[in-house]
Amino acid sequence: MSKQINVALIGNPNTGKTSVFNALTGLNQKVGNYPGITVDKKQGVCKLERGVKAHIIDLPGTYSLNASSLDESVVIELLLNKKDKDYPDVAVVITDVENLKRNLLIYTQIKDLEIPTILVINMSDRMVYKGISLDIEYLEQQLDTKIALVSTRKNNGIDELKQLISNYKTLSNKPCLHTQDIDKTYFEGLKKAFPNQSLYKLWLVITQDVNFGKIDRNLIEDTSNFKTKSESDLKRLQQKETIKRYQFINNVLKKGQTIDLKSAKDLRIKLDRILTHKIWGYLIFFGILLLMFQAVYDWATYPTDLIDAGFSSLADWVKNTLPEGAFTNLLAEGIIAGLGGIMVFIPPIAFLFLFIALLEESGYMSRVVFLMDNIMKRFGLSGKSVVPLISGNACAIPAVMAARNIESWKERLITILVTPFTTCSARLPVYVIIIALVIPDGSFLGISYQALTLMCLYIIGFLTAIFSAYILNKILKIKSKSYFVVEMPSYKIPLFKNVVLTVVEKTKTFVFEAGKIILAISIVLWFLASYGPGEQFNDAENIIQNTYPNLSLEAQNDLIAEHKLEHSYIGIIGKTIEPAIKPLGYDWKIGIGLVTSFAAREVFVGTLATIYSIGSANDIDDEDEAMSTIKNRMAEEVYSDGSKVFTLASGISLLLFYAFAMQCMSTLAIVKRETNSWKWPMLQLVFMSGFAYIVAMIAFQILK
Amino acid sequence: MTLAELKPGQQGIIKDVSSKSIPLKLLEMGCLPGNSVELVLVAPFSDPMYLNINGTHLAIRRDTANHILIDTNNE
Repeated sequence: MSKQINVALIGNPNTGKTSVFNALTGLNQKVGNYPGITVDKKQGVCKLERGVKAHIIDLPGTYSLNASSLDESVVIELLLNKKDKDYPDVAVVITDVENLKRNLLIYTQIKDLEIPTILVINMSDRMVYKGISLDIEYLEQQLDTKIALVSTRKNNGIDELKQLISNYKTLSNKPCLHTQDIDKTYFEGLKKAFPNQSLYKLWLVITQDVNFGKIDRNLIEDTSNFKTKSESDLKRLQQKETIKRYQFINNVLKKGQTIDLKSAKDLRIKLDRILTHKIWGYLIFFGILLLMFQAVYDWATYPTDLIDAGFSSLADWVKNTLPEGAFTNLLAEGIIAGLGGIMVFIPPIAFLFLFIALLEESGYMSRVVFLMDNIMKRFGLSGKSVVPLISGNACAIPAVMAARNIESWKERLITILVTPFTTCSARLPVYVIIIALVIPDGSFLGISYQALTLMCLYIIGFLTAIFSAYILNKILKIKSKSYFVVEMPSYKIPLFKNVVLTVVEKTKTFVFEAGKIILAISIVLWFLASYGPGEQFNDAENIIQNTYPNLSLEAQNDLIAEHKLEHSYIGIIGKTIEPAIKPLGYDWKIGIGLVTSFAAREVFVGTLATIYSIGSANDIDDEDEAMSTIKNRMAEEVYSDGSKVFTLASGISLLLFYAFAMQCMSTLAIVKRETNSWKWPMLQLVFMSGFAYIVAMIAFQILK
Repeated sequence: MTLAELKPGQQGIIKDVSSKSIPLKLLEMGCLPGNSVELVLVAPFSDPMYLNINGTHLAIRRDTANHILIDTNNE
């Protein structure tokens, strides 16, 4: 018999919900869709006894069912919609033994929804250390549920939890307190108007903007026989509701929980004094940042080089093994080259995610938020903007999503708008090749000019982000209550399994998502460059042979390839935009790179590689040679008058263009999703690219 | 007095929170009349404030703390 039980994991942030999820599902988990296009929806399968399978959803952490963010509304929408295929047969509410009082709030709300609910008290290994003892029997009776005492760190209690899930049918689905007591007449009226609906559901729908089933908020308000309340009255009722819930919880815990403060030991305050100190706090934070960049841009080069070499030998192998023809060329020049271009991003991105996961798991990130809020506030940002601004150095997509927990809409919007200015890893290959081309050898104070240039580009990116935030804060007329609440969790040693799973999962989604785009573009690009309309393209051989009959065969072949490229579809596109990019110092080939870069920046180097390798009849046998060959070819590129295409002036202009321009479709899509409007991504596209154009033009005109 | 006037290490009992200027989320985290509150630390430049409310550790900005009325024990 194979039967499936839908299980939803619900709980406050920082309760170890994800560790419980990992302990239940192990590696049998997947993240639904792309984070952000739908909110992260983690699902997994856990085998129970007698062939029963539990389908487990790890819902985003939320403090209550009164949603104040996108993540939280996912939880409510699922719990209100019985028709949803993921609607839970049983809810598992995860709480932290140290914060039981606060964590139980959402438990009482879930119970009100009349869903069978199991209570998990997690981190039970810390009970002795904190001097906490619990009367489980009493708690189970008062809270009307079954309790599993779990420690994911010690791997205790997971089997008991599985047992409880399999026996979910014996659980009570009655509420454990009477919410309607907060305003009896109001709720009675509600019940009369909608006799078939659960009262608490109706109440949730009234107090927030969600739809469920056939009833939505407007319908309730339009019903003539029911009078609803003003917004401020509703808010007062919500406050009353919260107080009532806490009274209930306090009463239960008064008898069910004893805390012996004398035997409690706390490192927290000692660590906090140092980590949020006005001097040490900042020094430690910047030390950690330095270490992080060292890892991302230095240590990561070793695995990156290995991957690079691996893909180049694969491309060689394909070229040598498969029969010659269009398909082999597409595979070797288009697909494998394109894939290699994505894979080299894995090490730096994995390192960055590793650091961020460690900082968040340990509880240190909250201290950084606390430490930086005052400074960030002056620029119209929040302390919580630190996380997006750091993550932006790997990739703007997760960074924009990390802005979700910023409470103030204005601060969140500004964070989202400026984050793409930070130097994401997709800019790196462009920077590296251009810097190698145009920045002279030599050093200043022992640091090479090239490394200095790279550092300057990072600083420019960060300063532009901060400075634009300052301007946006002055310009944007958004009325939004600026408030800020951040939980300061206790310090914990990060769980190895959690960290590894987070890094693997985040890196995987990045690679697959970016990979799809890059792969598609390299294929399209290869076609556009390999085919063209009209006689100029199709008759290239004859035209060249007739025009230059005296040249050697090899030189003729080079010219034919060049001529073909110029008259291919992509060549026509490049030539069309050439007048617009001439003042920036770019020729039509760079123009093609710019066009494809608007899909994703990292495509630039790949595009030039494709253009220059198609633009030459010579085969390249060795990828190392190929890379330096691309660089050499770029260095040799000349205009018809013999002057070089890549000079210091055009190089700097390109670097600045890439530093500022908004060239990433995925980021635009995420911003649209996160701000729920095309207005903001379009604003980013126009302003960032316009700014990039002007700055690059000024730089070129001054330097040339 | 308001919460913003507490000194680090000092404790009090929350007397009233003005529901207009205090987000529901803060109430849900335990910032409710009757609960105890301690100012644990303040960040450099004395903002935000790191509190222990009813066993929950959280940080809020000083201008939010201005809207929370408290009683101190020694009053």
